[in-house]
Amino acid sequence: MSDETANQGIPAPEGASQIIETDYKIGQDNIATQIGPFGLDIHNPVFVISGLSIVAFVAYALMAPDQAGEFFGWLRPTLTSTFDWFFLWSANIFVIFCLILIVTPYGSVRLGGENATPDYGYAGWFAMLFAAGMGIGLMFFGVLEPVYYFGTPWGDEPLGVVRPFTEDGALIEENIEAARRMALAATSYHWALHPWAIYAVVALALALFTYNKGLPLTIRSAFYPIFGERVWGWTGHIIDTLAVFATLFGLATSLGFGAQQANAGLEFVYGVPNNVTVQVILIIAITAVALISVLRGLDGGVKLLSEINMVIAFVLLFFVLFAAGAGTIVTEFGKGIVAYFQEVIPLSNPHGREDTGYMQGWTAFYWAWWISWSPFVGMFIARVSRGRTVREFVICVLIIPSLVCMFWMAVFGGAAIEQVIADPSGSAVKAQVIDSYNPPLSLFAMLGELPLAGITSTIGIILVIVFFVTSSDSGSLVIDTITAGGKVDAPVPQRVFWCTFEGLVAIALLIGGGLGALQAMVISTGLPFTIILLLICWAVFKGLVEERRST
Amino acid sequence: MFKRIMAPVDLAHVDGLRRALDCAADLARHYDVPVSYVGVTSSAPSQLAHNPEEFGEKLKAFVSSEATSHGVNGTAHAAVSHDPTTDIDDALMRAIDETGADLVVMASHVPNALDYIWPSNGGKLAEHAKCSVMVVRP
Repeated sequence: MSDETANQGIPAPEGASQIIETDYKIGQDNIATQIGPFGLDIHNPVFVISGLSIVAFVAYALMAPDQAGEFFGWLRPTLTSTFDWFFLWSANIFVIFCLILIVTPYGSVRLGGENATPDYGYAGWFAMLFAAGMGIGLMFFGVLEPVYYFGTPWGDEPLGVVRPFTEDGALIEENIEAARRMALAATSYHWALHPWAIYAVVALALALFTYNKGLPLTIRSAFYPIFGERVWGWTGHIIDTLAVFATLFGLATSLGFGAQQANAGLEFVYGVPNNVTVQVILIIAITAVALISVLRGLDGGVKLLSEINMVIAFVLLFFVLFAAGAGTIVTEFGKGIVAYFQEVIPLSNPHGREDTGYMQGWTAFYWAWWISWSPFVGMFIARVSRGRTVREFVICVLIIPSLVCMFWMAVFGGAAIEQVIADPSGSAVKAQVIDSYNPPLSLFAMLGELPLAGITSTIGIILVIVFFVTSSDSGSLVIDTITAGGKVDAPVPQRVFWCTFEGLVAIALLIGGGLGALQAMVISTGLPFTIILLLICWAVFKGLVEERRST
Repeated sequence: MFKRIMAPVDLAHVDGLRRALDCAADLARHYDVPVSYVGVTSSAPSQLAHNPEEFGEKLKAFVSSEATSHGVNGTAHAAVSHDPTTDIDDALMRAIDETGADLVVMASHVPNALDYIWPSNGGKLAEHAKCSVMVVRP
């Protein structure tokens, strides 16, 4: 027989990498069965436990909404204000850890073995990085956050910076410069190095232990260096179940809130009635599109939608940039970057601060939020990052998205702040963010004062919806892989189940109340995950040391 | 009549493919043509292999035992897919071109109600492939 494998199909010999020898076989705990016409291949017990506990929590939130709301409404702020120092320091450690990986020789380890080639080109890869975990936040907070810090009347000024308004809303000229500078620096702090370092750590751990060490693509694999063979038992079941739990509730609650935001936008722009019926229709529509996307798979669905979304987002970005005055915004962006580097150390130091409204209410909240999303986003990033070196990976997941996020904030926030300064009394942005607090409308208020408002607001609503679709479909892929014990080739009906289930949970919580309570619960999972992430840093380091020694 | 037969193989479920594989080998002997055994894998570790390289080795081992026991000329062809759950048809379509096969012999399940919603791999291949496709029921 002849040998055709060398130049067909397989990209190239994968080169040396150090496979972890373990007796665990992927799929050994799985149940492969047939229910009616549906073939299933699910992990026992992760699939069953996570499915049942999700149903139980939804039932609890629906049956005792007041109690659930009260408890989680208390738990979340208590955690973020009690452990603010812990969140801030952990995030700093993740950033430092990533930066060290760039400059040390460990950065030259290649994910997937020495000779692996990247699965995806830069454009598709970047598009997917944003689409999974951050796109929707950029739409929601792009105008809101900079303007809020610029003029907050609630005493949340970052580092106690001066307010540019008097008590009765008149502009104080000499304070504008300082307030604007700090607004951009403080917003960038939440969207640049720190969140991306959190995602990068989780993604790097999973990519390393999957592609180089040969362990299944599931969260527990990152813990192999710490727990050893025990990760295949209950230790691992608990880790995976927690990850599924946080991902599904994170997605379902944001889907519920997202439907409310999109509805608020539709009302603001078109006068569509703002009620639960419209929101349920929106959730069904988003879930339906996500369903088509997961059925089309990673390349034909998720990647394609992410790329389309990226193009639309850039069009909107450049429209706002030029319509609102590119000169001023780019100058302010330059100043914002300088301010970011000057202020990032005081902003990230949790000790001796008096601006607790900002530090606990925003920073610690954000860190808990990013961290609770990190299993999902990290696993998705890992799935699409094979073939990059660690250095390239960290630069591309940390530095470049950080710059893009900072630029986005400088454009959307900068344009909105310009509007507020130009006409404090007539500005719709000021009315929606500072005078009364209507977060979902902030973006549309800003777009409304630029030319072609009808068109750009429509594009804004479409972007919000499609970013939800890309979060929903990538999330379904991640949950399906975890609940199939790390199998990426599980039968199609399973991803259909998770995608639909997520939409149903969102609808149930929207109608019955409880979105807020369960979102608070998801963010509360950020605290245990922070400890887990610190352990993962150690595991990654150990893995890289062994990888270099063996190659 | 035919120049080369392609036989898609799922190494995890070889037992279920027995009839199709035997049929492919019988036809290969009848027309005295080689068989390309095609396996599709993901780049992430699967239940069969830690990486595509190891998968390629396993496929080769399978092909050599298959070729010896049936007395046919067999070659292994491993294809990598990002998302095998949905991309397997595309991967097999590409493999038809790459191997230059003009007959595909593959197994398929007994059709059920679900096939109205999404078709089987064999059905889809038969619908779209330019060459002949023989779908063998278990």
